[in-house]
Amino acid sequence: MTNIDILIIGGGPAGLAAAVGAYEAGARDILILEREEALGGILKQCIHNGFGLHTFKEELTGPEYAQRYIDKVLSYEIPYQLNSMVLDISADKVVTCVSHENGVQQFKAGAIILCMGCRERPRGALGIPGERCAGIFTAGTAQKLVNLEGYMPGKKVVILGSGDIGLIMARRMTFVGAEVLCCVELMPYSSGLKRNIVQCLDDYNIPLYLSHTVVDISGKERVTGVTIAEVDSSLKPVPGTEQYFECDTLLLSVGLLPENELSEMAGVSLSPNTSGAVVDESLQTSVPGIFAAGNVLHVHDLVDFVSQEAELAGKNAALYVSSSEHTGNEPGFRQVVMGNGVNAIVPQKISATPSQDVRMMFRPRAVYKKAQIVASIGDTVLYTKKAKILAPGEMVNFTLSKVSLSSADVNEPLNVMIKEAA
Amino acid sequence: MINNSYDVIIIGGGVVGCATARELTKYDLKIALLEKSTDICAGQSKANTAIIHGGYDAKPGTKKAYYNVLGNKMFGKVCEELDVPHEWNGSLVVSFESDQDDKIFELYQRGQKNGVPNLGIIKHDEIMRREPNINPEARLALDVQNGGICCPYELTIAYAENAAKNGADFFRSSQVTSIRRENEAWIVETPSQIFSCKAVVNCAGMYSDEIHNMVSKDKLSIQPRRGEYYLIDKKYASAFHSAIFQVPGKMGKGILIARTVDGTTLVGPTAEDIQDKTDTRTTAEGLSKALAGAKITWPSLPTRAFITTFSGLRSHCDRDDFVIGKVSDAPLFFDAAGVESPGLTSSPAIGFELAEMVAQALNSGKNDKFDPIRKGIPKFRELSNETRAKLIADNSDFAKVVCRCETVTEAEIREAIRRPVGAVTVDGIKIRTRAGMGRCQAGFCTPRVLEILSEELNIPLEMVRKFGGDSKYVYGKIFEASEASHD
Repeated sequence: MTNIDILIIGGGPAGLAAAVGAYEAGARDILILEREEALGGILKQCIHNGFGLHTFKEELTGPEYAQRYIDKVLSYEIPYQLNSMVLDISADKVVTCVSHENGVQQFKAGAIILCMGCRERPRGALGIPGERCAGIFTAGTAQKLVNLEGYMPGKKVVILGSGDIGLIMARRMTFVGAEVLCCVELMPYSSGLKRNIVQCLDDYNIPLYLSHTVVDISGKERVTGVTIAEVDSSLKPVPGTEQYFECDTLLLSVGLLPENELSEMAGVSLSPNTSGAVVDESLQTSVPGIFAAGNVLHVHDLVDFVSQEAELAGKNAALYVSSSEHTGNEPGFRQVVMGNGVNAIVPQKISATPSQDVRMMFRPRAVYKKAQIVASIGDTVLYTKKAKILAPGEMVNFTLSKVSLSSADVNEPLNVMIKEAA
Repeated sequence: MINNSYDVIIIGGGVVGCATARELTKYDLKIALLEKSTDICAGQSKANTAIIHGGYDAKPGTKKAYYNVLGNKMFGKVCEELDVPHEWNGSLVVSFESDQDDKIFELYQRGQKNGVPNLGIIKHDEIMRREPNINPEARLALDVQNGGICCPYELTIAYAENAAKNGADFFRSSQVTSIRRENEAWIVETPSQIFSCKAVVNCAGMYSDEIHNMVSKDKLSIQPRRGEYYLIDKKYASAFHSAIFQVPGKMGKGILIARTVDGTTLVGPTAEDIQDKTDTRTTAEGLSKALAGAKITWPSLPTRAFITTFSGLRSHCDRDDFVIGKVSDAPLFFDAAGVESPGLTSSPAIGFELAEMVAQALNSGKNDKFDPIRKGIPKFRELSNETRAKLIADNSDFAKVVCRCETVTEAEIREAIRRPVGAVTVDGIKIRTRAGMGRCQAGFCTPRVLEILSEELNIPLEMVRKFGGDSKYVYGKIFEASEASHD
């Protein structure tokens, strides 16, 4: 068993930034465990541009963005281990891993930062009816086949779901010579970024069918067609509205699920709302010394925010291992309550006297026009901002000052809500 | 055309065909098994409820009752010999309404007549004590202590591997197109080969009527009956200890909740008679029926935890029973036709008795060299760290986890391909190793599995298929593929 101060599970954008954050906060005994053969995580296959506008004020591709952080990790000489799959994390922070080079290994960590990312929701989780043929891929799997392996997963494509990966793949499949017939979205709005709708669908005349879903998949061996139908306000297909598209491929971009199987092994409490860990403002989970950041904590739209969040987790993990005593949650936590229109908020609890300003992130439950975001404790409004439009596809974030938080009674919850226009 | 001469040809590589092949290798006979699909275990045997049935359900005096009870008794030993995961966790048949109570007593009586050991009836409090997640409306339950669960694909594959080890030849992608009698022998044709043999055993499942009707005037008819299922994430493995049945109806055993040996939970099946013997689609109506039915047993069923849906076809025979044994108007032709549920449980008994009948008819002696033991592919996910380290020391491919959700290593996948009657498709890998069967449903591992199959089978990646026919994943390299399509 090897002792490590800070063990980071995952070498994607979150893991890399967490390592940088920890290092810059003074930690030196750090190790990143990455299951794939290179650092960078999902960014490796995101060869389109649009990354880094917030962080670097320029437009980078996914691999370029990842490289900025990889370069930092290398310049700081932070150790990392590739081809290393973590099999188990115990509550006392013993991590079991299997690696190509070193076989089965065990580490005893002072602090752990969970940066495992997320996975795509598969067909079966939605119960999409139809034949069980080849030619049905999640958008990310198709993206890997095209961008990393150089293979053509389909020629005539229908996309279900308008998540960002689905939108990006609509454009990508068009670039490599496929015909993308349409993108079909169950909800009356897209779950992707507005800029992706414009740049990936509109620019290529790919129709987006809102309030539609796939009701049947045809094809005994390979997909031969897909039937879509309109849905009513309760999201049930409306009989008589079916349209059939002859195609050989169905791509699914129907949601991302944080990969928290290891977190659960360690006894970390999860939020049914985010499917990620319940954390405080330092991104510490319910298990002392275990932190979480990035898409394993909650699914982000922009990698810039993943990096920022993970750097914070890294910094706090460094503080955790350098402080001599951990008395747990003795000061108590203020609960965060999701009011009207607020979904998937992080953090879910805030220390009585936070040591830093607190960034709050959440997703609007629906589309709201001319609305107002309000955060308050009792009658005291801590934050308010007007917004022309709020949508589930665009995460909202704002910062609360530690001073205003510290001055209120910790037993009073923080309420966050969207005030709709009258 | 190649000429292949055998003592016995088995038609059909499902659990009954493979069990029969293995039992026949106990005799001094030259055996071949012909399977129409690209791989064995491609029909009913791969999509069913994976239950070792107690034997209380079938009508007394039927072949279903006889083979179920006998198969159940033989099951444990077969699984031990062949290293097949199974568990005797019992079954409960539960009444939720007062007018169903009589049926519980009726099933108890029926089970007694069928010779099912250790049957009991338990009441509400005991049901709730054993199964705290069951609908509290539960009234009475038939307590089937000899009920269990097993891995149906591993059993089928294990039978085949053991049969191959003991000398049986397997021909896949070999659909039988004609059978005729010539010079005291059977001539069996497939699109690419002609076989001759002394005896034929028809284990063709859904198509056992068509095979039977090629040689007999006493016609059979198989009705495909489709059942749709949901599969629940292994996170809920402890929700139910036993398999929970509802009171059976005319079409089958009703919707049940059954944990699998791998920790996932099956919910289903529906029962719908259909026309097309290949129609394994799932439907919105079927799935909602399965769900509504399952909620009677499990009101708080976690619909968010579904990882997939599937459907399986049962081959329901117009005789309303299994058709097992000699065909009266065709010499040395044997049927195992119309084998639907409880076919999996019955398979050791059907295989054993059919082999005995064939061997007697051919006057064959025992095969002294028969080895009953088959070891499964090591399951990395279930091993201790010490054993894992040992395996890795011998073969570093054990350190390469390909399927994250089920922790399946590259070594396991390569071995699944290299074994006798090994995997030749992605689905073949899946049923032999569980790669792709977990909660991401092959999202992450597909590209690597395609590469390994391409390497091991020495075929281009664009030729790697999910199962048979045109079930390919990719159309070649980008740009090359799209240019080709515009030719």
